[in-house]
Amino acid sequence: MADPESSQQRRRDYWRENLRIMAWLLAVWFLVSYGCGILFVDELNKISLGGFQLGFWMAQQGSIYVFVVLVFVYVRLMNKLDQKYGFDKEDASETEEKKDA
Amino acid sequence: MDVKTWTYLIVGITFALYIGIAIWSRAKSTSEFYVAGGGVSPLANGMATAADWMSAASFISMAGLIAYSGYGGSVFLMGWTGGYVLLALLLAPYLRKYGKFTVPEFIGERFYSKTARVVAVVCLILVSVTYVIGQMKGVGVVFSRFLETDYNTGLFIGMGIVFFYAVLGGMKGITYTQIVQYVVLIFAYTVPAIFISLELTGNPIPQLGLGGDVADGTPMLAKLDTVIQDLGFNQYTSDVMGSKLNMFMYTLSLMIGTAGLPHVIIRFFTVPKVKDARLSAGYALVFIAILYTTAPAVAAMARLNLTETVRDRPYSEILNKEKNRENKKYEWIRQWENTGLLAWVDKNNDRKIQYSAGDAFKGKPDFKKKKVNGTFEPVRDPVVGHRLLHNKPTSNANELFVDKDIIVLANPEIAKLPEWVIALVVAGGLAAALSTAAGLLLAISSAISHDLLKGIMRPNITEKEELKASRIAMIGAILMAGYFGLNPPDFAAGTVAIAFGLAASSIFPVLMMGIFSKRMNRQGAIAGMIAGIGVTLLYVFQHKGIMFIPGTTFLGDMKENWFFGITPNAFGAVGAAVNFAVAFAVSKKFGQPPTEVQELVERIRTPGD
Repeated sequence: MADPESSQQRRRDYWRENLRIMAWLLAVWFLVSYGCGILFVDELNKISLGGFQLGFWMAQQGSIYVFVVLVFVYVRLMNKLDQKYGFDKEDASETEEKKDA
Repeated sequence: MDVKTWTYLIVGITFALYIGIAIWSRAKSTSEFYVAGGGVSPLANGMATAADWMSAASFISMAGLIAYSGYGGSVFLMGWTGGYVLLALLLAPYLRKYGKFTVPEFIGERFYSKTARVVAVVCLILVSVTYVIGQMKGVGVVFSRFLETDYNTGLFIGMGIVFFYAVLGGMKGITYTQIVQYVVLIFAYTVPAIFISLELTGNPIPQLGLGGDVADGTPMLAKLDTVIQDLGFNQYTSDVMGSKLNMFMYTLSLMIGTAGLPHVIIRFFTVPKVKDARLSAGYALVFIAILYTTAPAVAAMARLNLTETVRDRPYSEILNKEKNRENKKYEWIRQWENTGLLAWVDKNNDRKIQYSAGDAFKGKPDFKKKKVNGTFEPVRDPVVGHRLLHNKPTSNANELFVDKDIIVLANPEIAKLPEWVIALVVAGGLAAALSTAAGLLLAISSAISHDLLKGIMRPNITEKEELKASRIAMIGAILMAGYFGLNPPDFAAGTVAIAFGLAASSIFPVLMMGIFSKRMNRQGAIAGMIAGIGVTLLYVFQHKGIMFIPGTTFLGDMKENWFFGITPNAFGAVGAAVNFAVAFAVSKKFGQPPTEVQELVERIRTPGD
């Protein structure tokens, strides 16, 4: 590890980017469930999707599919971020440590 | 083979599997007992988490709740899945990085306070005990309904099975049994759904069948809307639960409550690395979503099937199966009448079942019985043959009482599915209840042996002694759960509301602040937890009675008295907001946490070194 100053900076930058990713994903999370599924459900129900009204579909199906996609997008983005900041190589001893924890 | 033989066979095979796993996966160290050695693969943990999470309530009750609340039931669907997004993004990776055994352990270390740890243990035990009572009841009920044992025997068998793999194997045994239980329960849930969807809409995928057309060419949901509106019920696809605000708060409470459930969080301690914890949350959500997207299809289809089957049906058609083989398909009505989940009172004496909105009578059915040769026999109407009730009929036109749980349990019978499918549903319901019970019991016993005993009372005990203590704590937890299962306290009905409300208002906020606020100190965290729980309990108790004892409500459980129309079940989110607000206000009055704690926060925020 380089000098502690830059190591700390690296952690802070990583954290800031992490928070940004989180904020975007949570915005989508909020929009599909609370937005489409509850607040704007009446407006969306005017649109039909096959045998569904869109608002009802979002509340009982669509939002759940989006949640799944969100978590996998998060996994991908965070793995990339780990690589960018060199946090992807985890200590092999970490599982060992657990035993005396 | 008949249903009973099939049921014994399938339930027997699954139980033999669980016991086999128990013997094979004995825990040899505390690490194995608490976190399965920390070496579970993300996929395996995802499956185990799904089984851990999906309880008797998800499996048996949820579809019924949705069937009778329509669009309003969406709060359960979004709430119980959306919580995993919060868990994956806000908690799981960081708590995994922290890398120890229990949730109170993190709270104690992060807030450098034994008091915080004890408060967390109390919250955890309150949440988990209320939750486990429901599971034990589920096991007893399923046994008594399908295997014709009595409720207590069913409960003892369930306790015995859990005892085997949870005491011997700890988290290790629980993990591997949960994987098997997931397979059993998801198979049991989707198979009947596929059959019913195919029959009703011609589409084998229930998620698509929900938006499909019925035989006469109209969309299934539109047909359902028309049919039930004709009978005076609210329109299915637009029936709001309370108000939009209530639905919003309810969904939020369930989401943060889900993310704050300790027995779910500790599952993420079992994977090797931080990135595994994230991926594992993704897999868990996929496995959960399979059931949660099927449930609304089951709900709508079963509601339509049930309504069309019973409305204006002469009771004689149900009874006269000898005369007409065709009528065998209505036998279930009689069988469920025998279990008390269904009851009919012929108000207008036309011998036909009239089904419409409103309660047929007050309360649950109370059947008339008479003593014949030492046993109680049901009293039946001498002419028509249905069971007679003590309940006083109401003045509306509805004659039928239907318990919501019937939607999943009787669904295969209503849809006339083969016997083995019915047996499978029984095994699935048991798998759902047992897997969740085991996870909860582990959370309780590790809080006692690791946090209270090793962490606070006797820090010097050896690992071997701690392992022994954890097994004893597990035995104690099982006996306690069994006791509450046999003597369900008055508040049992409201337990799920309480569990989610408490998790949402105490554990979720304190964990979040521990990770996301470096400045949050011990005073703030403790004050926040106590305020959050206090407000939530106060609100629930004032509307539902102190400890749910009837007659002790001081505001009455009615709309006018609800804070902005928010039901007590939906109040956890308000409790969480109070927790955050109090914690920040109090923390301002005291200094920053010590440097080593701030370094701990830095460390858990990044994976790797």
